[in-house]
Amino acid sequence: MPELISVENLIKIYQLGETQVHALRGVSLSIQRGEFVAIMGASGSGKSTLMNILGCLDRPTRGRFLLDQNDVSSLGKDQLAQIRNKKIGFVFQNFNLLSRTSALENVELPLYYNGTTAKDRRRRAQEALRMLGLEGREHHIPSQLSGGQQQRVAIARALVNNPALILADEPTGNLDTRTSLEIMEIFQNLNQDSRITILIVTHEPDIAAYAGRHIQFRDGKVIADKQVQPRQASVGLAQLPVLKNEEIA
Amino acid sequence: MNLLLTFRIALKAISRNKLRSGLTMLGIIIGVGAVITMVAIGSGAKARIQEQIASMGSNLLIVLSGSTTSGGVRRSMGSAPTLTVEDAKAIAEEISVVKHVAPALNGTTQVVYENQNWATNTTATTPEALLIRDWPVVSGRPFNQAELSAAAKVCLLGQTVANSLFGEMDPAGQIVRINKFPFTVIGVLSLKGQTTWGQDQDDVVYVPLTTGQRFLFGSRFPGMVRAIMVQATGPDVMNRAEEEISRLLQQRHRIRPGQENDFSIRNLTEAMSTAEASANVMTILLGAIASISLLVGGIGIMNIMLVSVTERTREIGIRMAVGAQQRDILYQFLTEALVLSLIGGIIGIFLGILASQLIAQFLKWPTLIAPSALLLSSTFAAAVGVFFGFYPARKAARLDPIEALRYE
Repeated sequence: MPELISVENLIKIYQLGETQVHALRGVSLSIQRGEFVAIMGASGSGKSTLMNILGCLDRPTRGRFLLDQNDVSSLGKDQLAQIRNKKIGFVFQNFNLLSRTSALENVELPLYYNGTTAKDRRRRAQEALRMLGLEGREHHIPSQLSGGQQQRVAIARALVNNPALILADEPTGNLDTRTSLEIMEIFQNLNQDSRITILIVTHEPDIAAYAGRHIQFRDGKVIADKQVQPRQASVGLAQLPVLKNEEIA
Repeated sequence: MNLLLTFRIALKAISRNKLRSGLTMLGIIIGVGAVITMVAIGSGAKARIQEQIASMGSNLLIVLSGSTTSGGVRRSMGSAPTLTVEDAKAIAEEISVVKHVAPALNGTTQVVYENQNWATNTTATTPEALLIRDWPVVSGRPFNQAELSAAAKVCLLGQTVANSLFGEMDPAGQIVRINKFPFTVIGVLSLKGQTTWGQDQDDVVYVPLTTGQRFLFGSRFPGMVRAIMVQATGPDVMNRAEEEISRLLQQRHRIRPGQENDFSIRNLTEAMSTAEASANVMTILLGAIASISLLVGGIGIMNIMLVSVTERTREIGIRMAVGAQQRDILYQFLTEALVLSLIGGIIGIFLGILASQLIAQFLKWPTLIAPSALLLSSTFAAAVGVFFGFYPARKAARLDPIEALRYE
């Protein structure tokens, strides 16, 4: 099976005034289609830099990056934008939804930039929202939705263009335990049912436990890379104590 | 991303912040409104001058007889008996660029109808005079060649004279006395209005030249006229006609080179075109001053767009993350600036039209809204939007998506 991501000896150096910051010091790894990978490490370990490069938001200083067997390390800004649009879905810690814009229009956003017709946009966005259990919330704006719902809108937006890869940067960082588990369950289902490759950046071992592979970063280098037996989020959810206010509701 | 969608996104962004958008637009509204109003005032003044030129008669040259000197006092042009009916005939026959020629005598006369009387200027001339001055008769008829040959005692009244003597009554067919001689009124001239210098053109009586010579302005010099009105065939031959008439009269009056002419030629159209040119300068000046306010409006747009780009940095980051290219962001903000200025421009046009009409109504200034002024100012408004919107839009398009996503 072909590799979705293949990076070789990736180096990223930031110039901060006089000093050079070596964010990545030679990272090599490959990720197959259909993997669910958790990238872990303390802040400043280079995991965010790697995510930015893998997400085609940034370019490496040196090294090679093949995405879906295409070399993207030397593409221009607009070509990278097209790749982000076609192949990658982003999920952020702070959701990054457009405020004062309905859930439906937020999900439609990636489709604005690839010439999808208005009718198709609407249909696909509604479908994505339905998949994430947000039927009836299409016309709510982010401030009218709970954190979990907002993150589900963000996931719907990431999915609407049928990407090969979903990159999630601390997707549960702003959510409570139960909602976090719900989000992880969504990721697991997407990974298992739709064979979408998922990369999540997290520093919580509890969240990483739902991924099938753990890559550990320290000081811009991979220090551990191991396959693990993932925990099932659905099981975790069932074991959670039922909250009192939910009983009342 | 298609045009319609970009347009819709821009409209949405504008409507999201109504007060701010409204204030930004106000700059353009006032700018465009001011340009339209000012140009309307200038064009109105110009149109009025053109109207006056037309009312004097187009392509008009007036040949006046020379001045006399009596007892050391030089009298005005036209006082010496140097022009004759024969001169007028010669001009008509020998100069090709002349269309109509009308010799004329004039003087102040007392016109009496029953118990009403009115002192007015009476002009004795040929029927061509009315053609030259483009002056139709509204009630009755002009005098004809037969009446001219017969020195018939008929007259045409100007509107002012007709109103003073007859009031509401139609004077055609009535008998008036001019300097004690009974004249039949055969018609009333249409309203001409005032000249630029305030002279009432309608305070006049026209009689046939021969009648004037025989009864009203008897002279020791038969055949002498005070002036000859000449209409050239077109505006481009005015100077040529003037030169040729001058040469012909010098020849006929045996004036040697270097000797002073015993006549003078006035080109009234030329004097009026000077007035028209100054009205043009006024229009340009007013328009230019008003354009400055449009420029200030444009700077307002730029200011607000810069604020907007900074405020919406994260939105730009999100759009870039999901695949917006640089030109998508550029067009989005450029369209926003364009829509702001276009809506402002359209409102400004209506405001300008309204202001021009109010000025025409309450200040009694003539205003004229030229369609070209509307087109020009809306194009100008759009250009202002694009010009001042470009820098903020480019700033937005060049943002780094990672930085933009991180922006708080």
